[in-house]
Amino acid sequence: MAHHYSELRMPLVHGGKTMHDITNDVCGSIEGKPSMLWWIGWMVSGLVALMGVLTIGFQIYKGIGTWGLNKTVGWGFDITNFVFWIGIGHAGTLISAVLFLFRQKWRTSINRSAEAMTLFAVMCAGLFPLIHMGRPWIGFLWAAPYPNLRGPLWVNIRSPLLWDVFAISTYFSISLVFWYIGLIPDLATVRDRAKHWARKFFYGTLSMGWRGSVRHWNHYETSYMIFAGLATPLVFSVHSIVSMDFATSVLPGWHTTIFPPYFVAGAIFSGFAMVLTLLLIARETMNLKQYITEDHLENMGKVIILTGSMVGLAYGTEMFMAWYSGSMYEQYAFINRATGPFAWSYWIMVSCNVISPQTLWFRKLRRSPIFLFIMSIFVNIGMWFERFVIIVTSLHRDYLPSSWAHYYPTHVEIMELIGSFGIFFFLFFCFIRLLPGIAFGEVKGVMKMGQKHKHEEKPGNDQTPAAEVSHA
Amino acid sequence: MPDEENKLFFGVFTDEDDCLEATKACTEANFTYHDVLAPYAVHGLDRAMGLPFSKITWVTFLCGMMGCTIAFLGMGYMSYWDWPLNIGGKETLPVPAMIPIMFELTVLFGGVCTMLALFAFCFLFPGKQARLFHARQTDDRFVIVLEVDEDFNEAKAREIFTANHAEDIREVDADYDINSGPEGAA
Repeated sequence: MAHHYSELRMPLVHGGKTMHDITNDVCGSIEGKPSMLWWIGWMVSGLVALMGVLTIGFQIYKGIGTWGLNKTVGWGFDITNFVFWIGIGHAGTLISAVLFLFRQKWRTSINRSAEAMTLFAVMCAGLFPLIHMGRPWIGFLWAAPYPNLRGPLWVNIRSPLLWDVFAISTYFSISLVFWYIGLIPDLATVRDRAKHWARKFFYGTLSMGWRGSVRHWNHYETSYMIFAGLATPLVFSVHSIVSMDFATSVLPGWHTTIFPPYFVAGAIFSGFAMVLTLLLIARETMNLKQYITEDHLENMGKVIILTGSMVGLAYGTEMFMAWYSGSMYEQYAFINRATGPFAWSYWIMVSCNVISPQTLWFRKLRRSPIFLFIMSIFVNIGMWFERFVIIVTSLHRDYLPSSWAHYYPTHVEIMELIGSFGIFFFLFFCFIRLLPGIAFGEVKGVMKMGQKHKHEEKPGNDQTPAAEVSHA
Repeated sequence: MPDEENKLFFGVFTDEDDCLEATKACTEANFTYHDVLAPYAVHGLDRAMGLPFSKITWVTFLCGMMGCTIAFLGMGYMSYWDWPLNIGGKETLPVPAMIPIMFELTVLFGGVCTMLALFAFCFLFPGKQARLFHARQTDDRFVIVLEVDEDFNEAKAREIFTANHAEDIREVDADYDINSGPEGAA
């Protein structure tokens, strides 16, 4: 008996699983009764989401005056939350599209939930500019290229805020399409296992009669590649455009040319931290340790240290350029960030984003789920504060000292921020209950990693999975 | 779509390599494929079957170009033709400022049309009944379905399937489908 195992590569899935085991494991979690932990998470996040929705209703009823904004600080929690959530979304696209183009096969275990995360994060992000309009029901007239009632005057196509409308809506649509196309073969598997008529109907409708014909796979794989090719420049364009909301202004602290790459790196950084937060919970509560292995965690840790260092470099570059510019307003803006009334938020940002990820140079820490979980929370906090620092500290010192102001968020803004987390987690809990949380169709395709193909090694066609030998 | 007259001959495989080898052999022996079914995308199986590269890329290209053109013409109409505004004496056709939206609409049109084209090319629609030859065809079984036409050589087909460890070999009617037949879950 010739055992063929890993002189090739480490297997991506541990525990010597067969293809049918993978189907059973992943489908099992949406076919059986949900666990107690799921119910608790679903209900708690649902209540928080409900609180958020009620607060938003209150704010729309009373008006934007319920927020702590003033004439000087016109953007506060709202746009901070918007940029934060958009950034979170970027990791999902990076995992599903960029890593696909780079043939990083380890992405298969995590891409489905990361893509779902992207969609929910973009929904949360879109919420804030919408409610910032005060009267969102006529937002369509302001944002869509539609001759409005003051003219007919059109939208200003020179404005990055309008580019943002197009970027975010395209991003959401393409992420949804990419995610749904990826889901179809897995939904077909769930449909073919379904016993109850309601499940047969639900998954049968969604899976569009997919039967796995190779003629279809031919078109499918080509279009999957196209989606990855379209989503990759898209994801870079989205956060570049978001950064131009600031960078094309004349405000010290905003109008820097490094903003687009700096924002993209920051987005991937925060997004990977959120992927880690979610997946560490999912692998613990849904028994997915053999799919989301320590190797996956380590890879994500490496991305975090890379992007975290890029963000740190960008902070340094900003400081240097402010000094080198010779402009006193620019210099003041940056000194004020580090020593002014909002210095606490600046130093929270620096310690969470620059210092904490540097611990991941140690392999042991990169492979420790508990450490990574704590670290990912720190990064999430730090990246929220990064946007807060950029927006609020740049605004609160106006050109005229008589216009200088401070900004205190009201309870409405705080509850809306917490509520957006509730909405995000609530949607995620619904997702892992209703749809296959791991793209098992794609995982099966990389099962042969760490195993020789039969035609490479003819004698003795036995099927011992490499994982059994090297990891059991 | 199933041929009205021809019966079908199929083999069920449990491993992608077996299915791939058997498909190569069947293509070489000039069998007419009714279908080859796989639970996931097997690298090279489409080429082994002799399928050409998908033409879906053309749809993406043309629709992407269409999105780009619509964006350019739309913005040009708004700011140059319909309501030109003098903003600090700047161009009323600000081409550099139009690039982001032109790019976004290229991606949006290209992506959405690719999805629609995929559904059209594969004739998929919500609620379509999938035709199954094996209950685990979308789980872990690979099925090669051949048409039993005039020059079908059953002995040869059987030989190829057996040599590649087919788990099950059958000849069935043209409208065979386990959804409607008595065969339940395997």
